[in-house]
Order: sequence, then C-alpha cells, then structure tokens
Amino acid sequence: MDWAYFLQQLINGLTLGAIYGLIAIGYTMVYGIIGMINFAHGEIYMIGAFHSLITFLICQAAGISGILPLTLLLMLFVSMVLTSVYGWGVERVAYRPLRGSFRLAALISAIGMSIFLQNFVQISQGARVKPMQPLVEGGITLMESANFDVQLSYMQIVIIVLTFVLMVVFSLLIAKTSLGRAQRACEQDRTMAGLLGVNVDRTISTTFVMGAALASVAGMMVTLYYGVIDFYIGFLAGVKAFTAAVLGGIGSLPGAMLGGLLIGLIEAFWSGYLTIEYKDVATFGILVLVLIFRPWGLLGKPEVEKV
Amino acid sequence: MTDNKLLEVEHLTMRFGGLVAIDDLSFNANKREITAIIGPNGAGKTTVFNCLTGFYVPTEGRLTLHADDGPRLLERTEGFRIPRNKGVARTFQNIRLFTGMTVLENLIVAQHNRLMEASAFSLAGLFNLGKYAKAEKEAVEKAEFWLEKVGLYAQADWNAGNLPYGSQRRLEIARAMCTDPSLLCLDEPAAGLNPRESAELNVLLQSIRDDQGVGCLLIEHDMSVVMQISDHVIVLDYGKKIADGNPEAVKNDPAVIRAYLGEEEDDELPPEVAADLHLDPKAQ
Repeated sequence: MDWAYFLQQLINGLTLGAIYGLIAIGYTMVYGIIGMINFAHGEIYMIGAFHSLITFLICQAAGISGILPLTLLLMLFVSMVLTSVYGWGVERVAYRPLRGSFRLAALISAIGMSIFLQNFVQISQGARVKPMQPLVEGGITLMESANFDVQLSYMQIVIIVLTFVLMVVFSLLIAKTSLGRAQRACEQDRTMAGLLGVNVDRTISTTFVMGAALASVAGMMVTLYYGVIDFYIGFLAGVKAFTAAVLGGIGSLPGAMLGGLLIGLIEAFWSGYLTIEYKDVATFGILVLVLIFRPWGLLGKPEVEKV
Repeated sequence: MTDNKLLEVEHLTMRFGGLVAIDDLSFNANKREITAIIGPNGAGKTTVFNCLTGFYVPTEGRLTLHADDGPRLLERTEGFRIPRNKGVARTFQNIRLFTGMTVLENLIVAQHNRLMEASAFSLAGLFNLGKYAKAEKEAVEKAEFWLEKVGLYAQADWNAGNLPYGSQRRLEIARAMCTDPSLLCLDEPAAGLNPRESAELNVLLQSIRDDQGVGCLLIEHDMSVVMQISDHVIVLDYGKKIADGNPEAVKNDPAVIRAYLGEEEDDELPPEVAADLHLDPKAQ
C-alpha cells in the first residue's frame, strides 16, 4: 500500500468533506426547526459562490485585490451578508406563508424556489462557466516518496481551519446563547416557545440566515479551491450535502459535520482507488443504504411516536 | 374593588362557524386572587384560555389585562408578545415541557426576552460579555429560586422528559412563573396527580398568590383543589356563565347543581317502571 497516496486522498477528502459539512448544517438546522428539507439550500450555496466572485471582481476593479487578506475578508464578509439576505428572503417569500399548510406544500415550494434561483442566476450572470484566478497559492510538501509528493496546499489549510472555527462558533451559539436555546425550544414545541415569549417567526428566520451564511462560506471556498463556478453547481453540491445531513442524522449539528466529512472521504477514496466516474454513484448509494437501514442516521435519534 | 382588577373579560364571544363556544361571557379576575373556572366538559373553559393567550381571535368582546404599566388589550396582541413584560403565562392540560432540554434550560428559555435584550444580536451571548453575563446570572438565579420552590433543585441537570409526572407538572408551573407574569393561567394543573401531590400543588398555588402577588386563573375538575384554594369561582355551561361568586355560594347554587347533575327526572318515569323500582330495592 502506498501511504503517500493514501495520505493525499485523506487530505483531499477532508477538504471536500469540510465544504459538504458547511452546507449540510443548513439542511440539518432548518429540518430541525421546521421539519422540512430546504431544497433551495444548494442554490443558496451557489449564490454565495457568485457573491464572492463578484466581490473579488469589484476588489480587482478598485485595485485592492493586491492586498490578499483584505480581499479575502471582504469576500467572506460581503458574501455572507448578501447570501444571508437571500436565505432570509427565501424563507419569507416561499415558506412562511405555507407554514400552517400540509408538509408537502413547503417541499414543493422549496423545489420551485430552487429552480427559480438557478434560472435567475443563469439569466442575470450568464450560463457560461466563470473562471476565478487562484488567490491562495502554494502549499507544504508533507511527504516525499519515490513517485509521489504529498501536498497540503494553503488553500486546503484555510478551508479546514475556517470550517473548524465556524463549527466551534456555531456549536457554542446553539449551546450557550439565548438565541440557540430559543432555536432548540422551537425545535421541540413552537407553540409553547411562543407562549414563553420567544418570537418564533424571527427565530426561524435567524435559522435560515445562519444556514445561508455557512453555505456562502462553502461557496466561497469552492470558488477559490476549484477556480470555476457556474449557475448549476448548487444542485449536485446541495444533494450531496443533503446526503451528508441524512447520513449524520438529520437534525443533529455534529451529525451534519460528521456526515459531510464521511461523504467527502468516501468520494475522495472512491475516486482515488476505484473509478472517478462512479464517485457520485457511491455517494448516492450510501444515501439509499442509510435511508433503508438507519433512517435516523449515525448521530440522530430514532423518532419514537408516543401514543 | 375597581382598582384591584387584573383581568377584565367583557362580552367575549367565540364562534367556530355555526358553533358558539363562548356566548357573551363577562367576568373579572382580581389581583392576588385565585379565580377558578369550572364547568362540565365542553363548556368552553379552554377556549377562554385560548382567547386570552392569542391562539384564537375572539369573534366579539374585549379582554383587558391591567398590568402594572397600564391596561393592555389582549385580543389585539400577537401571540408571542402576550407573555412579555408582566403579561399572561399559561400551562396546558397535557404537559408541554421541552423534553430534550434540561430542567434548568426549560426555566431559562422562559426568560428569553430579557436575555435577548442583553445579548446584542447574540454576539455578547457568544462571548459571554458583561451585560449578557449579568443577565444570564440573574436568569439562572431566578430559575434556581423556582426550582427550590417546586422542589426540583437536585434535578436541575436532568432531562426534563425524565422527571416523574408530578414533577413535570410542577416544573411547568415554575417555567410559566419564570416569564414573570401578572396573570397565570393553569389548565387542569391537578389532572393525574395523586392526593399528596395535589395537596402540594395547593400550597404552591397559594404561595404564588400570596408571596408573588400573581393572579391565577384556574381551570380544574378536582373540586378539592377548587374549593380549598380559590377565592372566586366562575361556572360555565355551554359557553355561558351560570354562576359567579365565592366557592361556598357557587357550591350551593341550584343552577350549578343542575348543570353538573342534570334535572331531576323521577317524575318522568313510566308508572310501572317506578313501581318496579320500589318493589325491588336492590335495583335502585
């Protein structure tokens, strides 16, 4: 066994997994609080990617793109804020009016929103693939072997570290702050939370905003990592992140992150050792297996119906 | 008497399509008093609560809460604003705790508004900065006070769902009290309690009235609770008020007895049946 090759796939898998995990959190939080799958979430991620690209181009036009840390921070900040507005808007326009309605209504509305956003970006930004110049270049050579050098690029370090930091911050937010407590309360009993003075509508909106902010970070990371984006990237990434959320146990925050990492690793190792063409088949095969044998996921709790 | 009014219900009517659940109901509940609403099943008691806490918008009528900062019209207040600043708190017939959270967290969620004000968009909350840290400390102290009061201090870190039934009932009342209400609405708090727990509940409710100065509105079927602790009883039947007064007077009110036990119908028995009944005393 070639350990260098294995290590390289591990690094690639973790990077990819971090990105999936960031998107998966949005799915899992929204599912937790209102019990629906927000199928427009992949599109939110795609819009985040576009916002970061546009911010970069504006920075470039303004001549400040030479100052790398400033540009990156601006991209991150602007993209998070603008994408959050989209996340908030989607909930306000497409889901809130349907809240009292039957469950399927919101789901159909979500699919409609997804198609709408995709087409909106396609028309407003053009259908061609958008290139992005690499901003964070270089890396560390971890290990040299006869036929192969293990590379850990700076971009991968940025992705993994940033994901880790965001995960810690968001876990603390949910566990420690009154906002997080309100979210958990709404998750269990919205009526009762309202009677205790929690503004349920605002708490749900905040959840969408948080999910969108994380997805936009993932979008920016992908833009920088792969260097190309188009209006269609949200679909596949969205469905994979959804798979990650289901694998980890939908509704569970650590589950989403674990699921994301696992999906990333499975994809990387499958492409590395088996066939790259079949990597999506492997991922979605997992989705099917999880849904059949362990629908509550790895870290989720099985739903017990009380009589 | 007039300045002692806490809740004023005037001409409340609630219709669901053709069904009149509450029909022109008016009553007052006073500060520092326990007001019980009783009546047979389906009399509209819970509907009154649902109107008070913003679940239903009444078809007609006015609901005024005389809080410390002036009167408030409850029927025009959005649901989640009703508990705010000395408002109305409520419990349900069935227990609705946040079972996945700890006992302590259940009580802190109830103090959400004050914490949110101090948390500066959660930023201060995240880093536990000055004002928020102070607000949270106060929230925990208040929660501890109520845990002590309902005897659940030792179980503060338990999952609320793992508490025994009677304790869950008491925790619900403690949680409602943590919203700092001026009116506490309790929907059958004694349901499913054993006599000892029921007696403890009486003591707790009396203490809420006397020590906290909070007015209680109580729906209850357990007459031992109603007669022992309430200062004022209102009897509903088919959405109408049929009696209103102190427990003693209500207990002896013929209209109330009729509503609960029905009319005496001896005379309507066919003579031969009546005769049979008298022949065979065991059949009675």
